[in-house]
Amino acid sequence: MSERQIQLEVLRYNPETDSEPRFQTYSVPCEAEWVVLDALNYVKDHLDTTLSYRWSCHMAVCGSCGMMINGEPTLSCKAFLRDYPDTIRVEPLVHFPIERDLVTVIDDFMEKLNRVKPYLIPKEARTIAEGEYRQSPAELKRFKQYTLCINCMLCYSACPEYGLIPDFIGPAAIALAHRYNSDSRDGGREQRQQVIATKEGVWECSFVGACSEVCPKHVDPAAALQQVKIASTVDWYKEHLMPWGKS
Amino acid sequence: MAKSNKPIVWGLFAAGGTLTAFFLPALIVLTLLAALGYVPDLLAYENMRAFAEHWFGKLVLFVIVSLSLWHAAHRLRITLHDFGFRSDTLIASAVYLVAALGTIAAIVYLLRI
Ligand code: FES
Repeated sequence: MSERQIQLEVLRYNPETDSEPRFQTYSVPCEAEWVVLDALNYVKDHLDTTLSYRWSCHMAVCGSCGMMINGEPTLSCKAFLRDYPDTIRVEPLVHFPIERDLVTVIDDFMEKLNRVKPYLIPKEARTIAEGEYRQSPAELKRFKQYTLCINCMLCYSACPEYGLIPDFIGPAAIALAHRYNSDSRDGGREQRQQVIATKEGVWECSFVGACSEVCPKHVDPAAALQQVKIASTVDWYKEHLMPWGKS
Repeated sequence: MAKSNKPIVWGLFAAGGTLTAFFLPALIVLTLLAALGYVPDLLAYENMRAFAEHWFGKLVLFVIVSLSLWHAAHRLRITLHDFGFRSDTLIASAVYLVAALGTIAAIVYLLRI
């Protein structure tokens, strides 16, 4: 098995002792098939136990290992070393405050996610005796892609609008709201529209599209946001020009 | 939080974008053809004038011209924002004013034909 010496430049920050973040370089002997997360684990196991970062599944499903790798928001468990030069710069996701080293404070995202009610609000309550909420494959297909989000927040780091306007509800949360709004079993659209059809909601998006480029699960949040814009525009015309046509 | 009124301009932007995506390439090809001296009979001056004289022709021309203007205005506003110009209210007022003036001019000129 071939080995490669990688220089890992990691942003370090300990709020208790550091006045500002600094880079620390580790020289890591890496196997050819490793990902950046493996290299970080090597550092933690063999070189420096004080390094802090989040990870769990090592297979791009838990969404906790997102970081800036050579300046791009990436899941470190999906970033194969073979795709990178010998020196790799690893930083915490931008647009989020740093908690410690590569760990960010994600309260803002969690609060926004909560606000868009990303769960099924049934159209009509059904008792267990009445059976399940049925859905056809065609109805499922309308939103299936948007269910694949793993809340990794790479899109928030990639989005220049979120960097500029921290109040922007942002790609993942709006895409998830759209996922439930498009669900045939759901009746909560009006509640979610109150949150996302606002200036801080979908209308802060200028369709840069970076969110979809970095999305590791190909959710295509940018497409979701444009669909929300179309639907919200139709709503607006219905509400203002045809008050009798309110649904 | 109140729902935004941005759909007014965004609706025009989206409709204009859909139209220009179809008409702009056709216009470019026709303009090139005309520049090279090939003017199809259908597009001869008399025919085009007759088209613009008919109320339906006027309507078609008005929709295409005005929506393209609103599309361009909004596109320019967003592009300037993306390039780092942050005085959005000023920029928005300016570009939409031009689109509104263009819309009025289109009505005036079309009615005069
Ligand atoms: S460790 Fe779970 S997504 Fe990377």
